[in-house]
This record gives sequence, C-alpha cells and structure tokens, in this order.
Amino acid sequence: MIRTEQLEKSFGKLHVLKGLDVEFNSGQVVSIIGHNGSGKTTLIKCILGMVVADKGKIFFNGKSISGDFRYREQIGYMPQIGHYPENMKIGQIFKMMKDLRKNVDNLDESLMEEYKLSELFEKPMHALSGGTTQKVSASLAFLFNPKVLILDEPTAGLDPLAAEILKAKIIEAKSRGKLVIITSHIMSEVEEMADTVMYLYEGKVNFYNSVAELKKQTGEEKVGKAIAKIMKQSAHV
Amino acid sequence: MFKIAKYVVYDILRSKVLIAYSLFLLLVSFSLFSMEENSSKSLISLMSVVMIIVPLVSIIFSTTYFYNAYQFIELLVAQPISRSSILLGEFIGVSLSLLTALFAGVGIPILIYSPDATGLVLMISGFALTLSFISLAFFSSVAMRDKAKGIGMSLMLWFYFSVIYDGLVLGILFSFNEYPLEKAVIALASFNPIDLGRIIILMKMDISALMGLTGAVYKQFFGSNFGIIYSLIIMLFWIILPLLFALHIFKKKNL
Repeated sequence: MIRTEQLEKSFGKLHVLKGLDVEFNSGQVVSIIGHNGSGKTTLIKCILGMVVADKGKIFFNGKSISGDFRYREQIGYMPQIGHYPENMKIGQIFKMMKDLRKNVDNLDESLMEEYKLSELFEKPMHALSGGTTQKVSASLAFLFNPKVLILDEPTAGLDPLAAEILKAKIIEAKSRGKLVIITSHIMSEVEEMADTVMYLYEGKVNFYNSVAELKKQTGEEKVGKAIAKIMKQSAHV
Repeated sequence: MFKIAKYVVYDILRSKVLIAYSLFLLLVSFSLFSMEENSSKSLISLMSVVMIIVPLVSIIFSTTYFYNAYQFIELLVAQPISRSSILLGEFIGVSLSLLTALFAGVGIPILIYSPDATGLVLMISGFALTLSFISLAFFSSVAMRDKAKGIGMSLMLWFYFSVIYDGLVLGILFSFNEYPLEKAVIALASFNPIDLGRIIILMKMDISALMGLTGAVYKQFFGSNFGIIYSLIIMLFWIILPLLFALHIFKKKNL
C-alpha cells in the first residue's frame, strides 16, 4: 500500500534518512522503533508530505505522492504533539475539519464519544491539558475512517484509561483490514498491538519483520528483550 | 482555498488589532478632512499618511499573523489539501481582512468628503499597496523559519522601500546629474511599490511637478492616464511576484 524507494533526507548537515526501502501493506500493524533521532518521525512526515524528501520516491497504492495531495484523504494522522489554532474551541476544530475534508458521510465518531469530547466542545484549545489535546488528535485521526492510520507516539501523555480505549481502537482498525503505522517507545504496547516491527538505526532499516520472526531470531519470549538484543547487536557493528 | 480563507477571516476578526487599525485610520482621515476646507489638500495629507502607515501595518500584521497561524498550517498540511490552496487561502483571508479595514478607515471618509476620481485613485493605490505588502510579508515569513528573523526581514523591507530607497535614488541623481536620467528615473520608480502608489495619486491630482523630478518626468513621458495604467500594471507585478516566490518556497518547505 505504501512503498518507499531509496528515501533520503537531510536537515542541513544532519543526514536523517539514508536510503530507505520499505513497504507497508493493509492489515498490518507496523511498529517503528528506534532511538531518539533515528528518523522515525521524519519517515512518517515524508509519507504525509509534511517533509519533502531530498531523494527517492514514495508510492501510495502504486502512485508517486510527489505533487499529489488527494492520497491524504485515505490517511489519518495523529501527531506526537498536536498543534492547533489556539483560539479555536474543540467543537470548532471538529467542525472545521469536517468542513475541509470532503468524505464526511462515513464518519467514525466512536473515539470522540468514548473520550466524551462533546462535553468539552466549548473549551478553547489553549486551555487544554496535553492529554486532552492528544485525545482530540486521536479522535481526529480516526474520524474520517481512513484506510491508513499513522500514529506518532499515540499513548504518550494519555491517562491509562484513555490509552486502553485507543489501543482497543487500533486493534479494531487492524481487524477491519487497515494499515496502522505506530511509533512507540513502550515495548509492552508494541507487544500488544503490533504484528510487525521495523527497527530504524541511523537512518536505515536494521530489522523489518514480523513479531513472531523477531522472537524466533533472537530466542527471546518478550518483544522488549528481543528488541533490546537487536539494538545491542546493531550498536556493536 | 476559499474555505481556508473563511477561517482565516474568522480568526482575524476575533483579534482586536484590525479594529484598532481601522479606528486609527478613521480618526486620521476625519481629522484631516475636517481641518481643511479644500478637500484636495486633505487628500494630499491623507496620502502621505497612507503611504507610510498602510505598508507598515500590512507587512507587520501579515507577518505576525502568518507565524501565529503556523499551527493551523501544520494541521492543514497533513490533510488532503494542496499546499498552494493553503498558502493562497491564507493570502486571500489576510487580504480580505486588511482591505476591509482600509476601506472602513479611509474609504468611507473619502466617500463622504471627496467622492471624486482623485479620492478613488487614492483608494485604489492604497488597496494595491496593501496587497503588495501582504505579498512581501508572505515571502519573508515563508523564507524565514524563525519568527524574529521573519519580522525583522519584513521591517527591513518596509524601511528599505519607504526610506532607504528614496535616499538611494536621490544619491544616484546627485552623482550622475550631468547625464540624461529621465528614463533611468522612471525605471527606478518601478522598483518601489510605495513610489508607484504615490505617483498614481499625484498624476491624477495633476500636481506631479510637486513630486520633483520623478513626477515631472513621468508626466512628460507618459501623460496622466497612461502613467496611471503603467504604474498599476507594475504594481500588479509587485503583488504577484513575491507571492509566487513564497509559493515556490512553501511547496518545498519542511513543516
């Protein structure tokens, strides 16, 4: 569904992505892991077209995304830290997003309801706590029933209850054949949700395989330990 | 694009800055018109005010607005909306708001006290100046990632066009006064939207000689009407070109 070809990106002297070839398919829950600054968010932003790659191509359903924007109708994105117009109220944000996106007949408002956001519709965005902002971001990502969900550290800042609701939602999305791409540092979550793990190391794919294969290769029972093992190996090389 | 413009206008209307701008212009216009019996004298004074205040407010307001709307832009970029419609939507929204404020502050007094061709030309040249300085503001805000640098660049641009440029032109005229400079002067004025705006009005008022060499040469070279049309066309370039550059950078910008 999404494929990158020799993707490269530098910010000034910092070479973040060094020729990335990956493919994501529908029905997968891919967890992208890697230490801070390994290029996780940059990869996501490249797919979303928020960052323009220096070299290489990204294909969405076989079509190159460069110069295109319509493909984003099929993507729901939850940023690591949501930035919203500060003087708008929650309700206005939802109304505006519905107004700006055209496919409004197939809405999925279940997260919005479970988080009881409609009770907070009159609150301005600048008065929200980090967690509530994350709830808004998550609800917006799922709102338009997209085929692809890209979630950047989705549970960071959410309270345990809200995090559980979101995890259940992600697992449900997977069962409906959606592609979910998550970055997370919390290994227990990776274990719970992901079926595929991609380990980015210094701008390159170091490991990209199913969770079962990861466990088999490392001989570990837990995803966390298996990944730690791989991280250590790559650091030695 | 127009939906984005709509939200930009809503957003700007909520801040009081624009209302203050309108009221200030209204106060200046009414006091200038009521001080003089002769409305064309008041128009000249009003022009001097407009030529300084309008570009300054337009460029600074648009630059700060753009940086404050950064979060909104970030939100939009991940949506199925093309980058050109995002930037143009922002431009249309800011332009509509500033033009409305200018119309309320200067247009209405002109309609009351001096509803003639000269007044109309002053309005048009004020509108064109507003648009071209918004366009310049968008260019500097897109080019600079840092807010302070962006506002600094905008201030420099305004200072350059309203103060330094005229100084440079005078310097050139003094140093080369033994040569025929008429055509050079016309060319030089085209490189400054504020000069163009002033020329348009002075041409209409038939007092171009007051403006010194540039005005006289213009009058001689073009005649009034053609001069106004020429200046307006060049002014159009001053609106479109910076915006096109901004668009070009924005399409490749990392957000």
